[in-house]
Amino acid sequence: MTFTYDGTYEGLLSAIFEAYHIKSEPVDIVPEDAYQPGLFAEHRHVETNPAWAERVRKGIIAKTSKEGERMLRRCLLSELPGVEMLIFHFIKTAMASERSVEHNYLDPKILELHQINKKIGREVHRMHAFVRFAETRDGLFVSLVEPDFNVLPLIGKHFIERYPAQQWLIYDTRRHFGLFWDEKKAEFVTFSEQEHRRLTDEVLTGMETDYQELWKSYFKSVDIPERRNLKLHLQHVPKRYWKYLVEKQPER
Amino acid sequence: MNDRTKEKLEILADAAKYDVSCASSGSKRKNTNKGLGNATGMGICHTYTQDGRCVSLLKILLTNHCIFDCAYCVSRRSNDVKRAAFTVQEVVDLTMNFYKRNYIEGLFISSGIFKSADYTMERLVRIAKQLRTVEKFNGYIHIKAIPGASELLLQEAGRYADRLSVNLEIPSEMSLKQVAPEKDYASVYTPMNYLKEQISGHKEERIVSKKAPLFAPGGQSTQMVIGATPENDLHVLKLADSLYKEQRLRRVYYSGYIPISSDERLPALKTPPLVRENRLYQADWLMRFYGFKVDEIVDARHPALDLEVDPKFAYALRNPQFFPVDVNTAPLEKVLRIPGVGVKSAYKIVQSRRFGLLRKENLQKIGVVWKRAQYFLTCAGQPFKLLGFQPELIRQQVVQADRKGAWNGQLSLF
Repeated sequence: MTFTYDGTYEGLLSAIFEAYHIKSEPVDIVPEDAYQPGLFAEHRHVETNPAWAERVRKGIIAKTSKEGERMLRRCLLSELPGVEMLIFHFIKTAMASERSVEHNYLDPKILELHQINKKIGREVHRMHAFVRFAETRDGLFVSLVEPDFNVLPLIGKHFIERYPAQQWLIYDTRRHFGLFWDEKKAEFVTFSEQEHRRLTDEVLTGMETDYQELWKSYFKSVDIPERRNLKLHLQHVPKRYWKYLVEKQPER
Repeated sequence: MNDRTKEKLEILADAAKYDVSCASSGSKRKNTNKGLGNATGMGICHTYTQDGRCVSLLKILLTNHCIFDCAYCVSRRSNDVKRAAFTVQEVVDLTMNFYKRNYIEGLFISSGIFKSADYTMERLVRIAKQLRTVEKFNGYIHIKAIPGASELLLQEAGRYADRLSVNLEIPSEMSLKQVAPEKDYASVYTPMNYLKEQISGHKEERIVSKKAPLFAPGGQSTQMVIGATPENDLHVLKLADSLYKEQRLRRVYYSGYIPISSDERLPALKTPPLVRENRLYQADWLMRFYGFKVDEIVDARHPALDLEVDPKFAYALRNPQFFPVDVNTAPLEKVLRIPGVGVKSAYKIVQSRRFGLLRKENLQKIGVVWKRAQYFLTCAGQPFKLLGFQPELIRQQVVQADRKGAWNGQLSLF
């Protein structure tokens, strides 16, 4: 049987709960908007049920650790096809085992989850590094991003702890939603598309371009031509991130 | 912003870039009073230069006017370069505005010595003080301690800074005196030892009371220039080892000498000794994270690091009596000594083997570099490839394999 869910982590755990409940091992678990009905495949949609999700969550923690459960939640944000079945595999083996299977790197699926989790961690770290705020005329600090994975839900804490006293918005232009902090609380927001896709001079403060130019010239000045190593540079700052990096824009 | 600020920034960033330290790690500082910023303890590289170095901090000199004439330094008094000086307020503004935009983790402020050590140090401290007390800045601050500055100023610097550093610059006093006539080791070790006492004293106070003031919670570091003077790796690493043990430094940086401009006191190198620099960092890592003693890496018989292979691999070749290591039974310390096995892989090996015997495929998937590791370990289903353990033969094979794997001038750690 193929299970579909609403795409959220709680939804996935609810679907897995249901699979156990009706004793039907899933052939596949996919978000409902990605589901393509096959000819013979049986299909069942499971609504998110917070109580069920919580029971599965507690079960995972009891059988592995908080860290193990956190890994699954993070892995789902990779949006990689098939990640649900890896998560299901982890839960299934954890439930069937006397001791924690969390660090069994001999199991290729568990190893793969760890590798995905590592990639997520790298993307989160990149967002911590590559977010570039620009100040608008009304004092909002806006950053446009386009992360490989859906990591916006994972980076809020870092920016709240760092910039509690300025209003900021980090907007994912690929997934069309942003995280907005108003100095008291953070919330996810969506804007009509065109409005926040680009930051033009009209919306930014006069000082903004000055600081951008200063940052560009700083970046240029710290280069040591005798040590030039573009391959290493690209490894650290892959081209797909350049679009929103101030120091990678041409000088005015 | 006027063009003058931009020009100053270009001059004073250019002059500061040869100090390789850019770490923003090792210090945790919480955001207080709804101020700006924090230090997470992890360190973040916000971008990378085109030579692949991390850009984490706004690294600038307050001024490149200098009364000293150190041959290795681009700002030496006899060098014909453009000079500039920031005001305290300019540095504060740049730091605040770069930080608000998430360009940087904080400030690394150093300076040429103008008038006197204390006069210079006093201004560096003033910048940090203004950032912390007036601007409520909680980001990372690294202050260069000016050799010869008074203890009172060092004391004040430590209250505001996350990290302090005094550069040794040249790995022996004899060589230092030849290239930097106004300097000696006492002027470096005196502040270093003073800071060591202050740092450990404050740490003890913090254990008793969380309210005790912070003092350079990120510790202190130093830098030495490699390849400008004749000291060998044995000498350099012994010195680093003693700096870690005696002065309790957090980091020692090795900076391959870049011929900044012709000064006849120094050799004319065509290219900076980047490979040697990388091998020194690898050796440094072995001492700090892999439990190696300095004389296991270099000794009187092998005073220079092998440039063609990494120091852990070289160690294994010299010590066949400790190999092969059985990854399915050996303790962690021994697994860590296998060439091609990093710290993370070593932990994964030890955690996984409780579930079954590890085979070659498992090791490769975990991230072990088989090319190097295969000669030094045994695992399930893998008879030990001894090659009669002929070190020279193994060495050749690995060096050849490395060459095939397209040399890109960039070296990974292990």
